[in-house]
Amino acid sequence: MIHLVGPYLLASALVGLGVAGVAVRRNAVLVLVGVELMLSGGLVLLVTTQAAGADRWAAGSVLPLFTITIAAAEVVVALAVVLAVFRRRGSIDLDEPSPAETTAEVGP
Amino acid sequence: MTALDTAFAASAVLAVLGGLFAVTTRHVVHAALWLVVALLGVAGSLLVLGAELVALVLVLVYVGAVVVLVLFALMLTRAPIGPDRAHAVGPWRAVGAALLGLATAGLLASVLVPLADGTVRRSDVATTQVAGQLFGTWVWPFELLSLLLLAALVGALAVARGSRDAAGPEATS
Repeated sequence: MIHLVGPYLLASALVGLGVAGVAVRRNAVLVLVGVELMLSGGLVLLVTTQAAGADRWAAGSVLPLFTITIAAAEVVVALAVVLAVFRRRGSIDLDEPSPAETTAEVGP
Repeated sequence: MTALDTAFAASAVLAVLGGLFAVTTRHVVHAALWLVVALLGVAGSLLVLGAELVALVLVLVYVGAVVVLVLFALMLTRAPIGPDRAHAVGPWRAVGAALLGLATAGLLASVLVPLADGTVRRSDVATTQVAGQLFGTWVWPFELLSLLLLAALVGALAVARGSRDAAGPEATS
């Protein structure tokens, strides 16, 4: 026997923490930490539907597996982009204006 | 308050505290390591909810692969040892982000908590049942996932070694 308020509160707290992390970080790699927290909140919610019994085709276990795989693929591509940007600009600061904007300001 | 509720509350507190420190710490490497704590807490709560397979895959893939990748990326982008002063944010932005997170959490909780209709008996889905469904009902999405992973692998490789694009696209071939 388990009360469902706990999983729901945990899922909303994790998503809230993830949103706060994405909003507060300027380091592009650490934005991904917030994204991972948001996704784990979704995982908790999916598994809760299975524990509550409202579940067909074992979707409460299979869909989290898919989510985890997609999240891993997403992190790989995102980190590759971050590394390419770092190599080109020498910085992973998200608040820094892009080179195109600065040259447009200097140019005629 | 049953034993399951107590175990879930312990894991959830671990997850939320780990997530809080991962979001707020100024040490960039510590942020990734606190993410490990948060994900272990999430895995513990999934275990309490009866999804052993998902909890183990979460630990294997997230803690074993994703966090290691994040640590590698932090080192490759010259993360400072000690507090990261170059990327510090102002107090207004911190307050705004905290308010945004609180608003999101409050909105979700206000929608979800009324759905919780008291105590339910935890329904156990056996791993053999999950495997049967995964390779029966869900087999085509499962196969598509392998294509997605292949595309992500090739795409990440192409993006990460495309530094000679400035010289010309023929230089990379």
